[in-house]
Amino acid sequence: MNARGVRRTRTAIAAAAVVALTGLAACGSGEGGPPSLNWYVNPDSGGQERIAKECTAEAGGEYTIKLPRLPRDAPGQREQLIRRLAGNDTSVDIMSLDPPFIPEFAQAGYLAPVPEDVKAQVTKDVVAGALQGSTWKDELVALPFWANTQLLWYRKSVAEQAGLDMSQPVTWDQLIEASQKTQKRLGVQGTRAESLTVWINAMISSAGGQILENPGAEVTQYKLGLDSDAGRRAAEVMQTIARSGVGGPQLATATEDINATEFEGPDGGFMVNWPFVWPRAQGYVKAGTMQKPTLDDYGWAMYPAMTQGEQSRPPYGGINIGISALSKQKDLAFKAGQCIVDEKKQAAYFISDGNPPSAKAAYEDPEVLKAFPMAPLIRESLDKSAPRPQTPYYNEISGGLQRTWQPPSVVDPNTTPKDSQSLITAILRGDALL
Amino acid sequence: MSTLAKQPPQEQAESERANRTARRVKSERARGENRLGWMLAGPAFAVMVLVTGYPILQAFFDSLFSYRLTDPAARRFVGLTNYGVILTDPVWWRAFWVTTLITVVTVLVELVIGFAFALVMLKALRAVRPALRTVILIPYAIITVVSAFAWFFAFNINSGFVNPLIGQPDLNWFAQFSTAVTVIMLSEIWKTTPFISLLILSGLAQVPEDLQEAARVDGATWWQRLWKVTIPNMKAAIMVAVLFRTLDAFRIFDNVFIMTGGSAGTETLSFGAYRQTISRLEIGLGSAYSVLLFLTVVLICVGFIKIFKVDLGAARGER
Repeated sequence: MNARGVRRTRTAIAAAAVVALTGLAACGSGEGGPPSLNWYVNPDSGGQERIAKECTAEAGGEYTIKLPRLPRDAPGQREQLIRRLAGNDTSVDIMSLDPPFIPEFAQAGYLAPVPEDVKAQVTKDVVAGALQGSTWKDELVALPFWANTQLLWYRKSVAEQAGLDMSQPVTWDQLIEASQKTQKRLGVQGTRAESLTVWINAMISSAGGQILENPGAEVTQYKLGLDSDAGRRAAEVMQTIARSGVGGPQLATATEDINATEFEGPDGGFMVNWPFVWPRAQGYVKAGTMQKPTLDDYGWAMYPAMTQGEQSRPPYGGINIGISALSKQKDLAFKAGQCIVDEKKQAAYFISDGNPPSAKAAYEDPEVLKAFPMAPLIRESLDKSAPRPQTPYYNEISGGLQRTWQPPSVVDPNTTPKDSQSLITAILRGDALL
Repeated sequence: MSTLAKQPPQEQAESERANRTARRVKSERARGENRLGWMLAGPAFAVMVLVTGYPILQAFFDSLFSYRLTDPAARRFVGLTNYGVILTDPVWWRAFWVTTLITVVTVLVELVIGFAFALVMLKALRAVRPALRTVILIPYAIITVVSAFAWFFAFNINSGFVNPLIGQPDLNWFAQFSTAVTVIMLSEIWKTTPFISLLILSGLAQVPEDLQEAARVDGATWWQRLWKVTIPNMKAAIMVAVLFRTLDAFRIFDNVFIMTGGSAGTETLSFGAYRQTISRLEIGLGSAYSVLLFLTVVLICVGFIKIFKVDLGAARGER
């Protein structure tokens, strides 16, 4: 290397050092302000960001909330959070958690125990489903935030044409028949994803069964209730929907979004879906891409029953707030968590993002009732909802179901429930791949 | 015709003798160069061993345990049980055959199209050559996930333009294996053909023009020149291109992940490894899966080199 080369190298090293030092200085300057909390959120329509800003303002300099985003789908959110927590990432303070994964987080010790005073405040007057979804082994491990449930959405004109009395609870069989008669679609989530498990679980629960009968037992002793009358009945409904064609050609890849799009179009008849479809349709009317009469044609009812005269058990979903056990500022995080789940913020979040509150009082809010005329039905549906199996091995159970009950066209009541039961049992024992 | 491609035997013998003498003479210098080579490449080599060797060994170690990431306390040694579970499970074998199908079909199609592209790039007029090369290379510059999304949306039953174009509004491409795997392979071919054509182009450029001319003088047709002169002289480049693409195609993940998420029976080996390790958090089982995938790739590599006598050095013109 000649002298000039050496000089050039030295300049480069010096430049690199300057850059590195500037970087460090930039990091250091952040420590002067109030401590900042990281709230890992699922993507929504911006409601959580607004809540974070409001809570930061209300804290009056005690803390600020930053909002790292998680992937779009629930399994992706779980994967990223678990990998961080398993790697002892102390930067995670607050987490928006999908309820079926809460037992896994709690069992692994990733969730900080909720202090008694916080517990007393956040469990007051909360819908049953959300409370159950935040609890693991009789301990509250997360703060109930918003609670989701599916309704049966229908086009009033189609129901009328089919001669279906929607003031009474309807069954899947009636819906299939009505869709066939009117040549309209019955939207269900048949894709290989979490939403398929939501559907299967709701049908089995509504038929009086349970996917996992003893969630408190050791994993190798788990008793599954798939190979049962309820399981076979659920498979029968799925098979009929697939064979009759009322699910449409999309059935095998249908997500909630695809169902909503289909329902908005000329083929829309019935669908089971979350309440987000309501603000979505209103938005389209405002934007001029949907006619007002179409929106006026929207009707809603309780989730379909499996048997005439019996009560259905609608799906339960939503988000609860977990505080990381690895966080270095747990006290502040719980304070922020309490601010996030405040019932007024829940009501505002419902109106802005279409995500129903877990606090009962929010359902009496006149603003809420104006924006969501079906709010009382949502609350009733939440009270009757059945959670998905609450177990640290939920991912295995859901994955096993998605493998055996998909595509819906291959589902057969004589084989599918039995096959899925033995497959999931083998997976849980470590004897099979997923 | 076949002798055209090779040097006359006498000349070859002479040059070899000359080479040998040269090697003896230059041995001192050669040793010095060798040392310099190690000094230059050594650090990179050490880093490579560190970043690839260490994880491979760690994966092998982990594969001997029943170990779930969320329950480290329950970790226990199970020997080769995980391997037994995987190799007796139809899921592994189905993924293996799906991956093999995708690899064989895509590499063959890419080889043919890539060769045609390379010929076009080589023979194109000087004026259009840069533009042409850019156009051919653009797909390769696109991130696989982005290209997977583009193809997914194009064939999507709700929003895609393909269905209206072919007059099949009710065809759900991703609902059954045959159509789903077709779209996956199409997108893979579209995306990576430029890679193979680039490697072939470099091989084409190495074929001496005088051999071509001699063949032309002897009255060989274009087709004969291609088969008897061009291809034999660039065999090394072709084999390297095919080998690299095969190894690459065998690890296909992104397209499957984006388009079907493993539904319709399109799960590949890499996807299976992802499912066990990342999704199920079964580090032991997932590591065993990855080790098996690694061994399969090594087998392909060794098989290629032994059966087709691929000389990696020759492709770089080191012969």
